[in-house]
Amino acid sequence: MSTVTTSTRPVDAAPGRTAAARLQAWLPRLVLSPSIAISLFFVYGFMLWTFILSLTSSRMLPSYEFVGFAQYARLMENERWWVAATNLGIFGGLFVIICLGLGLLLAILLDQRIRQEGALRTIYLYPMALSFIVTGVVWKWLLNPGLGIQAMVRGWGFESFTFDWLIDPKMSIYTLVIAAVWQASGFVMALFLAGLRGIDDSIIKAAQLDGAGLPRIYWRVVIPCLRPVVFSAVMILSHIAIKSFDLVVALTGGGPGYSSDLPATFMYTHAFTRAQIGLGSASAMLMLGGVLAILIPYLYSELRSRKHG
Amino acid sequence: MCAFKQPLTLRKTLLGLAVAGTLGATQAQAGDVEVLHWWTSGGEARAANVLKELVEEEGHHWEDFAVAGGGGETAMTVLKSRAMSGNPPSAAQIKGPEIQEWGDLGLLGSLDDVAESEGWDEKLPGVVANVMKHDGQYVAVPVNVHRVNWLWANPEVLEEAGVALPTTLDEMFAAGEAIREAGYVPLAHGGQAWQDATVFETVLLATAGNDFYRRTMVDLDPEALGSEQMIEALENFKRMRELMDDGMSGRDWNIATSMVISGKAAMQLMGDWAKGEFTAAGLEPGKDYLCAPAPGTEHSFTFNIDSLAMFRVSEEADQEAQHTLARLVLEPEFQKTFNLAKGSIPARPDLDMSEFDQCAQKSLEDFQRTADEGGLVPSMAHGMAVRSDVQGAIFDVVTNFFNSPDMSAEQAAQRMVSAAQAVM
Repeated sequence: MSTVTTSTRPVDAAPGRTAAARLQAWLPRLVLSPSIAISLFFVYGFMLWTFILSLTSSRMLPSYEFVGFAQYARLMENERWWVAATNLGIFGGLFVIICLGLGLLLAILLDQRIRQEGALRTIYLYPMALSFIVTGVVWKWLLNPGLGIQAMVRGWGFESFTFDWLIDPKMSIYTLVIAAVWQASGFVMALFLAGLRGIDDSIIKAAQLDGAGLPRIYWRVVIPCLRPVVFSAVMILSHIAIKSFDLVVALTGGGPGYSSDLPATFMYTHAFTRAQIGLGSASAMLMLGGVLAILIPYLYSELRSRKHG
Repeated sequence: MCAFKQPLTLRKTLLGLAVAGTLGATQAQAGDVEVLHWWTSGGEARAANVLKELVEEEGHHWEDFAVAGGGGETAMTVLKSRAMSGNPPSAAQIKGPEIQEWGDLGLLGSLDDVAESEGWDEKLPGVVANVMKHDGQYVAVPVNVHRVNWLWANPEVLEEAGVALPTTLDEMFAAGEAIREAGYVPLAHGGQAWQDATVFETVLLATAGNDFYRRTMVDLDPEALGSEQMIEALENFKRMRELMDDGMSGRDWNIATSMVISGKAAMQLMGDWAKGEFTAAGLEPGKDYLCAPAPGTEHSFTFNIDSLAMFRVSEEADQEAQHTLARLVLEPEFQKTFNLAKGSIPARPDLDMSEFDQCAQKSLEDFQRTADEGGLVPSMAHGMAVRSDVQGAIFDVVTNFFNSPDMSAEQAAQRMVSAAQAVM
């Protein structure tokens, strides 16, 4: 077996083992390449295709009659799109903030070396095991004025009690926040709890020696230590918020009217049921743009500061 | 084997022998027919099975391609991806203006041979035949005719409230008040966009009549859409909301029907598929429940026709199977079985209706009468009048207006005008 082939890689193994060594060097690449090829094609390829479609006049089936940015212009004039985009702002913002706050509070309370912590933790974490469809349906019943909480409280004798957000177009988006927070805050709690357990006790003891009170220790020492956890939690939660689709479908169906529409349901409706693939693709591209606009600066600042710190 | 005029290679000869062998065995060319449909609920599925048996009796192979869910939305998504990959099924449940869209794409095959030998032109009413044709050629076959503008009522509740079945909008509103006072929900409804649109088109017909309906919902005439009559219709539509209950948000239509069945609600405005729910509950029309044309729309018939569109197939045997399917769909046996199960009426008015109940008989009678009088109009809410993107834009305005407390009828009419102009 000759080793005449030009190779930039220094081959220091015995001539008989060259093939095996070379295989070993290539093996990771060989094993990874199918999955890389698949994700290149099915994720990035389709993103590109969606972008191309958003520049065409495609209606029921994709066509390649290019119309420039006309679909985006139509989208900007579409009132329903603005309702969906505003809703995403309200829903995403409230969902992430409330989940973080509630999750942190629960985690700190659970971290006080209480009895039955394992059982309590499971109780809080359990909603995450449900699918959003189940959450949506259950909350739909709970929030239905004729059936759920309102009917129950009225049954107790408070005849004037009203809680009809589900059928109020101005409030329906907040019902989504309620259900989503119920589902996800236990998970955020688990993340924070893991973070709290990872904090070195000696730092806290040092702070105690310096005479800091408990709230001050949490505010100035513990919470800053949890920064990486906040980072992961925000990443995960904002993903959940932006792709929320099943929850809307199960809980409000986008209604009343289209008052609780989110971009994901808007995109699905237009691309798949209203035969407007071009418009749907344009909205999908704007969703992608929105995700990138939030994530890239955040990723950049987090990763850079971690490298330096 | 005399068809082979050129010198044969051994392989071709063998192939020829093999083909001849199969032909000899089955006597007729057995083709495959794949049918995409969403007749998946109990009675519908049984009815579709009848068609399958009929096709198989003729020696062809039926490949069932049922896609459940979402009133056919899922099925349409599947159909589009199949069509894009160049492999559409031979027949698919497509209806209304969508037939034209698929026809424009050049994907549908002509059924004129079958239509001619079976005399479809004589059997089908003109309005129905027109929906089935693309460029003057039959490309689809009608399965049934649904009437959308029906009023369903529970006679016991009406009696307790001391009101008769309303025949005009004013009577409807008056009856609603009396029913509410008696402690019932006057009108059962589900807060979904298509249900809102169903009520809207019915109220529009009742307020402004057939010609105005056609000008607005079919021709999308901006002048008519923004006119006083439209505003009046929208105001009447909004008043309907007072007859409904708070829990309607997102409710499915059949749940609303069950409110009428159980006596919680007095009436429902819904197409004749609602009858399936009454029948399933073991009720008898005229006695346990009432059916009547929606108030004020006695001289109109909003139709919703299900049909099977036929895609172009290349294999001759498969084409034969497809044409057999098309012929069988319009034959009395299938028309009867299917429509008895579905609550609709046969697409052929010449059939014996004695097995059908009185609601269906009334429906057929009205169908023929309105066809003569010019009151036969396509349903906008059920995708018979306009393309799906226009329909979607109208749905948005209708459902938003219906649900928003501070949108005026003038604003809604104006939005309808701009929605119509945006798609022109």
